[in-house]
Amino acid sequence: MDLATSPRLYAYTGGKTFDAAKPTVVFLHGAQHDHSVWILQSRYLAHHGYGVLALDLPGHMRSEGPALETVEAIADRIADALRSARVSQFIAVGQSMGSLIALELAKRLPEVVRGVALVATAFPMRVAEPLLNATREAPDEAMDMINVWSHSPSIAGFDRKPSNPGPGFSTMWQNLRLMQRIQQRNGGTVLPTDFVACSRYAAGFETAASLQCPVLFVLGGSDSMTPPRAAKALIDACRSPQVVTLPHSGHSLMAENPDGVRAAIVDFARRAFPAPAD
Amino acid sequence: MPVRYPGFDTLALHAGQPPDPTTGSRAVPIYATASYVFEDSDHAAALFNMERSGHVYSRISNPTVAVFEERMAALEKGVGAIATASGQAALHLAIATLMGAGAHIVASRSLYGGSHNLLGYTLARFGIDTTFIDPRDLGAWERSIRPNTQLLFGETLGNPGLDVLDIPAVADIAHRRGLPLMVDSTFTTPFLMTPFDHGADLVYHSATKFIGGHGVAIGGVLIDGGTFDWLASGRFPTLTEPYVGFHGMNFAEESTVAPFLLRARREGLRDFGACMSPHTAFFLLQGLETLPLRMQRHVDNTRKVVGFLASHAAVESVAYPELPSHPDHALAQRLLPRGCGAVFSFNMRGSRAAGRAFVESLQVFSHLANVGDAKSLVIHPASTTHFRVPDEQLEAAGITQGTIRLSVGLEDPADLLDDLAQALKRAQKVG
Repeated sequence: MDLATSPRLYAYTGGKTFDAAKPTVVFLHGAQHDHSVWILQSRYLAHHGYGVLALDLPGHMRSEGPALETVEAIADRIADALRSARVSQFIAVGQSMGSLIALELAKRLPEVVRGVALVATAFPMRVAEPLLNATREAPDEAMDMINVWSHSPSIAGFDRKPSNPGPGFSTMWQNLRLMQRIQQRNGGTVLPTDFVACSRYAAGFETAASLQCPVLFVLGGSDSMTPPRAAKALIDACRSPQVVTLPHSGHSLMAENPDGVRAAIVDFARRAFPAPAD
Repeated sequence: MPVRYPGFDTLALHAGQPPDPTTGSRAVPIYATASYVFEDSDHAAALFNMERSGHVYSRISNPTVAVFEERMAALEKGVGAIATASGQAALHLAIATLMGAGAHIVASRSLYGGSHNLLGYTLARFGIDTTFIDPRDLGAWERSIRPNTQLLFGETLGNPGLDVLDIPAVADIAHRRGLPLMVDSTFTTPFLMTPFDHGADLVYHSATKFIGGHGVAIGGVLIDGGTFDWLASGRFPTLTEPYVGFHGMNFAEESTVAPFLLRARREGLRDFGACMSPHTAFFLLQGLETLPLRMQRHVDNTRKVVGFLASHAAVESVAYPELPSHPDHALAQRLLPRGCGAVFSFNMRGSRAAGRAFVESLQVFSHLANVGDAKSLVIHPASTTHFRVPDEQLEAAGITQGTIRLSVGLEDPADLLDDLAQALKRAQKVG
């Protein structure tokens, strides 16, 4: 569905018609990605009593406009859209760059946010200068780097079970093709813009400390992009954090361990919303 | 900051399979089961509704088959794969997923006979028309595209003259018109060429051939590169509009890069049912483990056989793209630097009887209708597969009375050359 128009802000609703009156789960993807990275988790929640809005961030895939240059600007755009859609209560689930947006989104909508789930996160989330340069000068090489580093080391990226989204699929090559598709459709500036937004974001500690809602951390035990130790300071900044670490999983947690991520989000959602979903 | 993916040889051994978590089995277990017990009703519903990953019924997916599929996807650099009962089933699955009655395909005329039959006769009966063209004529690819065209299709190495498909050029034509290019990569395997690197969008194999390598199992596999933007094309409503046959699912919304595979499995395998058995997948996996070793040896042996035949007085011509005389020599050097496979044809001097005598005199080469076996194979089209075809039609197909097709195996190459030499000598006596 179009969560907003002019410019269009697209949201996948999990195969069900979105109902703003339901407890809502807002999914926020990471750099150079789109809503489809949440395919199993979003579809499951939509069919288990929740409203689902899995967004394409501005300038990504089906959402119009340029990619926005700061985490705060992205959060502003999404907050406006959620207000317009009259979402009554929600949890924000974000991965990597999306986790930073989730923090800022919660800060902007304190009256309706019920929780924040940060998947594969770190703060600060500074992108190494050589990689950032590569996104501008050698984007194909940069995407290969990101793809390799986004999965568990060595052969594990090619043999993980269950496969995502089902038997017969390759997690590694889907991730690379998705990044390439974003580049093809939205242009070569999206990836460096996203990475700069991650690097520049400075308000993580203050925002996390200000949140009144529960905060869940879902971390990959083998994540080399945002290793669990890089989330520790942010965890410590939260009032009552909950941490779930999925062993042997890398940065592409939702694809590498779709059941683990789904279970963590479902458990969090059941506790975050005042009335259990049907 | 160089990074690297696991190498081809490693993927051929490991991709798609961690050691069995229950038993520790290092080899891929054969899961000989039709169905799978659900944890509870919610788990069942989630599997049926594609909310969770897992197996429901072995026509749709099976753990052993999935290892084969994921290994092939890893080797081809595809977003996924679907194993099928045969290569022909893979071709049919691809077409049936993309189009229906009223659609049109542009295909190379240099195709395996079974593919030609399916496209030229059988699918025409179901309202899907095909225009066959000379694959070397790039203008013909362009000119043959109609408003209802849904697919461009060829073989990486065509039958029988080993025409090398100019994948980058044909893919460019296809993509400029919003169409995908599918290739049959049976003769090259991912060891010799990964067509997605050159612009192809869909790849399939008769896995019966070099993938298995031992000639004991019939199977096929269809791989999606995840490269084609079905949504942007606007020509594929089966992938971009809600499908009432599966929960109103819009496959392109579910998966940005793999809607084709979602529909092919959720509809094509479900409804047509041409799935692979786990036993077949196990056989093919045994072959796949040694694919890089075998293909290198196939190519090495073939080069020796080609060199021997090309300089033999009884041989009129040899059609192998590594030879400077082949019309696609330069293209082969660009697209197939590791080799042009192990199946090729040559023309003997002499009559149909000489050809028959040659085949019947061979001792190491087996006379049969297959290719891609570890053992060397031979067939004489004029006296077997094409024996009812009039001479003028044979000529149009590039087949003469003396055309012999070889599939060079893994035997000691000296034995292969000795065998060919003695058979040529006997054939020359027939004249």
